[in-house]
Amino acid sequence: MALEAGRLVSRAVARFTSLFGQKRGRYMFIAGLAIVFTVVFMAVAAPLLTPYDPTMPSGPSLAPPSLAHPMGTNRLGQDMWARIVYGARIAVFVVFTATTLSMLVGVPLGLLSAYHGGVVDRVLSMIVDAIYAFPSLILAIALAVALGPSPVNAAIAIAVVYVPTFFRMVRGEALRIKRMEFIEVAKAAGLPESRIMLRHILPNLIYTVLVVYSLAAVDAVLTEAALSFLGLSVQPGTPDWGYDLYYGKDFVLSGYWWLIFFPGLMITLFALGFALIGEGLSEMFRKQV
Amino acid sequence: MTEPLLVVDNLKVYYYTLTGIVKAVDGVSFSVPGSELAAVVGESGSGKTTLGYSILGLIPPPGRRVSGRILIDNVDITSLHGEALRRARGELVSMVFQNPFTTLDPVRRVGDQVVEVMTEHGVPKDEAWRRAEEIFTKLGLPPRLLKAYPHQLSGGQRQRVAIAAAVALNPKLVVADEPTTALDVIVQEQIMELLDSLRRQGMTIMLITHDIALAATWATKVIVMYAGTLVEYGSVEEVVGEPLHPYTRGLINATPSVDRKDRPKSIPGLPPDLRRPPPGCRFHPRCPYAMDKCRKEPPTLIEASPGHYVSCHLYTEGRR
Repeated sequence: MALEAGRLVSRAVARFTSLFGQKRGRYMFIAGLAIVFTVVFMAVAAPLLTPYDPTMPSGPSLAPPSLAHPMGTNRLGQDMWARIVYGARIAVFVVFTATTLSMLVGVPLGLLSAYHGGVVDRVLSMIVDAIYAFPSLILAIALAVALGPSPVNAAIAIAVVYVPTFFRMVRGEALRIKRMEFIEVAKAAGLPESRIMLRHILPNLIYTVLVVYSLAAVDAVLTEAALSFLGLSVQPGTPDWGYDLYYGKDFVLSGYWWLIFFPGLMITLFALGFALIGEGLSEMFRKQV
Repeated sequence: MTEPLLVVDNLKVYYYTLTGIVKAVDGVSFSVPGSELAAVVGESGSGKTTLGYSILGLIPPPGRRVSGRILIDNVDITSLHGEALRRARGELVSMVFQNPFTTLDPVRRVGDQVVEVMTEHGVPKDEAWRRAEEIFTKLGLPPRLLKAYPHQLSGGQRQRVAIAAAVALNPKLVVADEPTTALDVIVQEQIMELLDSLRRQGMTIMLITHDIALAATWATKVIVMYAGTLVEYGSVEEVVGEPLHPYTRGLINATPSVDRKDRPKSIPGLPPDLRRPPPGCRFHPRCPYAMDKCRKEPPTLIEASPGHYVSCHLYTEGRR
């Protein structure tokens, strides 16, 4: 589900940015980078961006957006802007940890599988396909439940779910590169296999890995939000976009829209940032290659 | 006569495909003395490229060497495995490929690619760089290009880099598979001159080409292959000047030339399906001189005159 959502987002992004014409790849990349950097900056510089403690009441309950509370307050009188800013910490931590972990497992395995082929390839592919066959969100939920609710465990659960994406993309691309002539040349020159794999195939995979990383991060953002929405990530009360979305949903019908609008916006923006980076990169590389 | 540098003895390489066994090289034997430029000539699918790959022990799957030996400087490369085979590639024999636009790793500097061939064969890094500069100069490349990426070079320059990497370890034999086919004629001339100069310095070159005109200009020995078999072998003067085999004659007549007024005559028919080669002589369905015997018995390679070998029934009983 999260994967489909990610794809829909990136497709919408691609259509929208086609307005930029020729240089759209670069514009997309820069815009995405700006969004992601902004979120990372919010996470790092949270105490500088707000005077309030996100876990303490700082104003009246359920106050609408005002100068003192630009995004309003929730039922406990906590400042929503403070919660958004501190919430970025969890999002950034989980998304980067999960995607990086996924990459660190998926890329070497995909490379190994492609280079060695035979039994190694068949066994690895079988395991990975079994994981891939599960709906990703359901699998992430199951893993998070099994591991117990915490941001670290949420990151691990998401990482496991996206290993197949890295594995399959890297394996496919490595197989393509392996058939290219310069690999034959390297063999003819008597280079050892390890060197061919690490110095000839791997460097040629960097573009693919970058693109897959950003697109997996899109899904990771959405999955992280889903997990904490379901109470499978942070402790209740911790500032987190997904949790605030869950917490605020009961107040929407009463007209307190700011409780879910801003967390929802942030989740969408963060996902959009990665989608822009991924689409921008693949556009730029396509042109170059 | 000097000791032969390359000996191919009854080599058979078959591809085990799902639709049948393709007999790409089927019982080929010849030997080449050192410091020669031996051209292997034949149509697409004649097995010439497979022969080239076999010499490096690089037969792509599902291909397999069924029988035969290949000796390079008295080393049987077919008996080598693992580390010894890896070492032999590069030090004893190396290869230059057809398309210089795909044979260099696009994301690494060309200098690194030449140097790594040496360092992976035990040459210290400093010395490898020094030698790479020397080789570049020798091959007519400015040493500053060591720092360039492949996309910054022209086709001719790239092929020179590929040759530099191939000769970096001073191998006894260089197999060049259509090294000039992807290049324009002027650059082709320069690359062939380069290979020729390497030959004159003592390297043996095996040039695989479909272009008999190129072979006639640059080769010292010519090996003509047809449908996986060797049909004629000898010095360039003999094979091109006085071709014996009807197929060789056909090839020569099929070569267009600028100063020839008549149209080149193609050989009628197509090369056979190597999963089911015709019985007897494989060329008989296209041969204007085919006799009964040709349909039944495969001809053996005979020495028609000293050093000039041909595999054709027209010559087996001493008749011309």
